[in-house]
Amino acid sequence: MAGKTLYDKLWDAHLVRQNDDGSALIYIDRQILHEVTSPQAFEGLRLAGRKPWRIDTNLATPDHNVPTTERAGGVDQIIDPVSRIQVKTLDANCDEFGITEFKMNDQRQGIVHVVGPEQGMTLPGTTVVCGDSHTSTHGAFGALAHGIGTSEVEHVLATQCLIAKKMKNMLVRVDGELGAGVTAKDVVLHIIGVIGTAGGTGYAVEFGGSAIRSISMEGRMTICNMAIEAGARVGLVAVDDATVEYFRGRPFSPSAEQWDAAAAAWKELVSDADARFDTVVEIKAEEIQPQVTWGTSPEMVAPISALVPNPAAESDPVKADGIRRALQYMGLTADQKITDIQLDRVFIGSCTNSRIEDLRAAAEVVKGRKVAATVKQALVVPGSGLVKAQAEAEGLDKIFIDAGLEWREPGCSMCLAMNPDKLGQGEHCASTSNRNFEGRQGFGGRTHLVSPAMAAAAAVAGHFVDVREMMQ
Amino acid sequence: MKEFTQHTGIAAPLDRANVDTDMIIPKQFLKSIKRAGFGPNLFDELRYMDEGQPDQDCSGRPLNPDFVLNQSRYQGTSVLLARENFGCGSSREHAPWALDDFGIRVVIAPSFADIFYNNCFKNGLLPIVLPEAQVDQLFHEVDATEGYQLTVDLERQVVVTPSGESFVFEVDAFRKHCLLNGLDDIGLTLQHADEIKAYEARRRQEAPWLFGAIK
Repeated sequence: MAGKTLYDKLWDAHLVRQNDDGSALIYIDRQILHEVTSPQAFEGLRLAGRKPWRIDTNLATPDHNVPTTERAGGVDQIIDPVSRIQVKTLDANCDEFGITEFKMNDQRQGIVHVVGPEQGMTLPGTTVVCGDSHTSTHGAFGALAHGIGTSEVEHVLATQCLIAKKMKNMLVRVDGELGAGVTAKDVVLHIIGVIGTAGGTGYAVEFGGSAIRSISMEGRMTICNMAIEAGARVGLVAVDDATVEYFRGRPFSPSAEQWDAAAAAWKELVSDADARFDTVVEIKAEEIQPQVTWGTSPEMVAPISALVPNPAAESDPVKADGIRRALQYMGLTADQKITDIQLDRVFIGSCTNSRIEDLRAAAEVVKGRKVAATVKQALVVPGSGLVKAQAEAEGLDKIFIDAGLEWREPGCSMCLAMNPDKLGQGEHCASTSNRNFEGRQGFGGRTHLVSPAMAAAAAVAGHFVDVREMMQ
Repeated sequence: MKEFTQHTGIAAPLDRANVDTDMIIPKQFLKSIKRAGFGPNLFDELRYMDEGQPDQDCSGRPLNPDFVLNQSRYQGTSVLLARENFGCGSSREHAPWALDDFGIRVVIAPSFADIFYNNCFKNGLLPIVLPEAQVDQLFHEVDATEGYQLTVDLERQVVVTPSGESFVFEVDAFRKHCLLNGLDDIGLTLQHADEIKAYEARRRQEAPWLFGAIK
């Protein structure tokens, strides 16, 4: 019999009940809640007179709506009344049901996918869900993690389980050595370019190979974060020593007495050598260059040295039409150089790239340089209050401010424009976020997804530039 | 949950691939704490010429005449024809809520994104996967015939065209059962409460660090 994949092991360990019709009940160890996708779930519980099954599996924090400017005035000072009600509703629901919440002005508040691992809430071998598709992030730790809808948020609150069907297994193996200036973000954008935005639909995707193993835990989070942009609800990386060490001393990590047993269990969380994957994709690390998206889907991506594609060269009519539509929306011409794209704004942040290593990488590029005069705004938004404090202890805030970037409070910020940070119509943004959909960062806004180092380089140059040229 | 058995209605073609949930319901409308009322903002950025705001009266907003659902022949649409990877992106259930609130009961496409597909079933909305060639045929037929209607029978798992041609589709047995009977998932799961408790007792032995840590 073939061995098991990491996904198979996680699935089997959480199976409460297998039904004859192929559906199953799986147990959920951890649920993270935020203000946007939870109010209707709490309301559902109230209407049905139900209580949460287990309080100690849930953690909440507001992130999508919170302003990233000065917020000493508290929730009452959120200017947008609809946002204010949503944040207040989360606070009230957590208070009513007794759920632990890091409220807006708690130093531990931040983006759900930054906070969960940072607190040791996410742990290897757990199932983690959240009403947010980027929950795939937590798979970086060998956790089975995926986004769910609001009805399922309510279902998990009420039953601690999900009705699920097992996915297929895909392995994306990246072997070799990544070049200098090529980051986890470039790796995942390249992968999405190869397999397409629906390439992972129906799969749990494990990222493996020597290049993945050489990437830090934070980089692995960036990669798993964007598994969903390839259509895969679940991204995974096998547990190794770096994974185990990451959790030492975190607030919700196992206690000293439990540590050895936990660490021993976690080290089993790898795919067996003879495990069978339904699909295997092989990528050479050396072929990956810094990436920039030029279109309105994350698969519309190219290396920095490339030209914007020409729809006339595409044989599939639906795809050619997609390229044409994207170029029109993005205000680009076929065959123009990626390095000729001028930027209006720069955004460094989001659940993809707002951790301390991301901020260090961006700071290294802008240190001693200035944001180009043609760039209207360059934002740096740390992923949590704790990331912010760490960055300030290292003096990164000073470096950013000296270079002309704005240093903000933690939240989702310009990734999705549910708060005051957004693009104006027609503006181009170099963004470290995860989605370049039409209107994602603001009505008519034009998003280009890049790594933190590439965003920093673009801020300085005013247009896209190969960050490797600035690192010499 | 609303049940779904059989439906006949006007079909409209949304001829683009990778329609994401930001496009189905843009982010500013996600600030609502309700489940209803998203219909006027379905496809907001495609449908109107201006930028929509939450709680705005949409009746006086300038419509985009090129957008399919604004065309007079597609008024009253309840079956949406779409291209591959429909519903990709965010997990927002506001997307099926908006489709439902607008009056869409069925979406037919060659493929759907996983989370969106799953969310539809929780809301009495039926997503149907048909082979690309059949979807293409439906696109051509709907384009050629004003007032083109499709009938969908969930029990028999068929889509029937006005000429009587029928296309069989697959649907998961459990989801079909729930949709046909309008069953509440949570109630069904709670019938297995003893099994959940037994699992928890085992889990507490194997991984005690997962209990009581978050407080």
